[in-house]
Amino acid sequence: MIRRTVAALDERLGAAHPLKRALRYVFPDHWTFMLGEIAMYCFVVLVATGIFLTFWYVPSDAKLHYAGSYVPLQGTSMSESFASVMHISFDVPAGLLVRQTHHWAADVFVVAIVLHLVRILLTGAYRKPRELNYWIGVTMLGLAILEGFLGYSLVDDLLSGMGLAIAYSVAMSVPFVGGPLAFLVWNGEYPGTDAFWPRLEILHVFLIPMAIATLLALHLAQIVRQHHTQFPEEGSERVVRGTPAWPGYGLRSLGLFLIVAGVLFLLGGLVQINPIWEWGPYEPYLSTNGAQPDWYVGWLIGALRLMPPLEVVIGDYTVVPNPFWGGALFPAIVFGLLYAWPPLARRLRLDDRREHNLLDRPRDNPKRTAVIIAFLVWVFAIFAAGATDRFYFRSFISYEGQVWFFRAFALLVPFLVYFVTKRVCEELRAREAHPLRGWRGTVIERNEALGFEETSVSTDLPEEARQQLAD
Amino acid sequence: MTRGGLIARVVATLGGLGGLRRHRENAQAELHQISGPANRKFDAVRSGEVAVRGNERARLAEEVPPPELDETPDPRAELWVALLLIAAAIAFAGFVVFYVVSEDTHLLGLSLGLGLVLAGVAAALAGKRVVIQEKTTDEYTDYGDREERREVANHLVEGKVGVTRRKLLFSSLAAVGAALGAATVVPVASLGPRVGEKVYETPWSAGKKVVDERGEPIALDTLSPGEFITGFPEGASKEEIGSALMIVRLETDELELPADRADSAPGGYVAYSKICTHAGCAVSLFRYPTFDETQPGPALVCPCHYSTFNPADGGKVLFGPAGRPLPQLPLRAGADGSLEAAGGFYEPIGPSYGGIREGPEKAPL
Repeated sequence: MIRRTVAALDERLGAAHPLKRALRYVFPDHWTFMLGEIAMYCFVVLVATGIFLTFWYVPSDAKLHYAGSYVPLQGTSMSESFASVMHISFDVPAGLLVRQTHHWAADVFVVAIVLHLVRILLTGAYRKPRELNYWIGVTMLGLAILEGFLGYSLVDDLLSGMGLAIAYSVAMSVPFVGGPLAFLVWNGEYPGTDAFWPRLEILHVFLIPMAIATLLALHLAQIVRQHHTQFPEEGSERVVRGTPAWPGYGLRSLGLFLIVAGVLFLLGGLVQINPIWEWGPYEPYLSTNGAQPDWYVGWLIGALRLMPPLEVVIGDYTVVPNPFWGGALFPAIVFGLLYAWPPLARRLRLDDRREHNLLDRPRDNPKRTAVIIAFLVWVFAIFAAGATDRFYFRSFISYEGQVWFFRAFALLVPFLVYFVTKRVCEELRAREAHPLRGWRGTVIERNEALGFEETSVSTDLPEEARQQLAD
Repeated sequence: MTRGGLIARVVATLGGLGGLRRHRENAQAELHQISGPANRKFDAVRSGEVAVRGNERARLAEEVPPPELDETPDPRAELWVALLLIAAAIAFAGFVVFYVVSEDTHLLGLSLGLGLVLAGVAAALAGKRVVIQEKTTDEYTDYGDREERREVANHLVEGKVGVTRRKLLFSSLAAVGAALGAATVVPVASLGPRVGEKVYETPWSAGKKVVDERGEPIALDTLSPGEFITGFPEGASKEEIGSALMIVRLETDELELPADRADSAPGGYVAYSKICTHAGCAVSLFRYPTFDETQPGPALVCPCHYSTFNPADGGKVLFGPAGRPLPQLPLRAGADGSLEAAGGFYEPIGPSYGGIREGPEKAPL
């Protein structure tokens, strides 16, 4: 059976050679290499559950009176979009399971991408020859965040309406072109016209997923062409060493896929997420306190909140409306730095210009690690500021006080973190670069005369290693 | 594998249980034997690294542990994989049953998720224990071939051969490029209308009745000082961004309105656009402390980014990111004693953009 299939494929397509190569393809093993895989498998779950949802979703702001089976909202005026998602949640068998799984998968998707990115940065995996793939990855992160935002906007519940109002204001705030830009996207003044919702939907269910899928294919193709990076314990700059795709790695990765999908369905079935019937339908004159969007837009909320009330006005003309700082400039700086990082790190002499197939451990390059950690702490401080209202509820530390605290924190602490991280890395590296220096004990062996004698530690090292040390 | 084959395999594995202990002992003994030399190799690599940090990179490059191949069978793992797969099958079957009989989201998620996790653990375990364990090597390819690069460059340059009026051709080409670019970009503008007067237009004008969410007029005794209500223009769409009002009633001696707005607050009623001037959310929180010794004064607060406006002082920004005050709508008591607008908003409403401060007479762009 197997032989016949292989023969048939080979005779028609010459498939034996590429198949052989694919089955023998070597995957280096390290647990951090799973993060990217988890992101990819989340994307698979997102596409599968998303297709299911498109069969019922209606992109329309036409008003109707709800007549579904959720009693408290019966008779309420709402948009067709919201009503269709209510229908999915309450009247389509397994609809709520699929919808919640889709939502959870989106949240986990972005978590996995961000952690993957952190791993890539800290180990220097982005260095030559892999810069192109790094840029593709950063682009996918941006697309994933946008895609997630569009996804929860489509529902047209109270939370998504508030998010869209903010997005509209950020678009309006772009200097010089803001007004026309926002009118272009919303087809007029907020909350937009009928044309707006189908636009949102086609972006969310087709254009951006296709872009992500294409970039994902390029991402993987480039990995196959260049091979994975690896830590020096396993291979070398010339030789990659690991488990072949078949049978060991393939089965393990299949297992990871099934476990990721399983955990997402468990979350979707057991842990409630975005209960839109509690928020209710959106109207521009409604809002709710303590509204928290999905975590991956928290950094933008935080930036919008921390910004002092500054607007640049020349004469009567408002050059820079306030939402621009936190909603557009801040993410532009973060992504600008991410895109610029490989050449920037070379320019700052944090990286050399050689090709690297071996990964650094974070401590191996203390300065680079310190810069990256300081950057991440900066973004994280602003992200945390997006939850100040929740802290206020829990702790009753005044909101204004927290904002001032986070303003100072975001501006000062990254510098402190830089020095601390650098020092920690240097200490770690110093201790390890000379493994014998750290040794404070003695090795005692029993000799033939039944006495004890001290032996030098280095006798435990194999001949070749001692040779190298001597060199 | 067919179901029969699977069961046969489970039985066969069970039959083999007797020899398991011996097998494990053997495997462990083997493990001990190889762990010594393997560690040594590891040490060599580590200390090799030390040398590299100094200056010799090339030496480490050759230090790669040899390929490994472990074909020892592990019947117990095979049994586990089979059991996990059977459990997964039961869970998936459970999903079908729950789908038919109950449609309960918890049960559906539990059965499907559990099935997937069990099958996943089975696959991972099979990959780790059942199939052969192998470490192989491959070579990184050095891309970049000077010779070929030159050929490609030469081939590209060949395009210029025999062309005499290169400058002319290139400038015409640039003209085509620019014009075509413009022609493809311009239709983007058909996506939406341009910003014009509309941003300034609101349904409010002098004499417009203020009604509540159900369409009832708001009498002067509807609110006590310290209360608020959302108001709308009678007969206009509530969804329009210029419609909704945040109406609060303050004690008249609390008001600090600018002199030219002195008549805008009948009975201590002041009205503001409900749309935040920062990012367009509804300003739906009203802070009215009853112990003014220890707390700050009354404020309208937007729950999105906590822009805080002073309702006693024409909507001035007290805290938060908003760059403009909350636009106030002058009120008066109508003939029937209920609230009505005494005019349009004092300032343009909604989030800022380039022309927001220019006023309606100079429509932007």
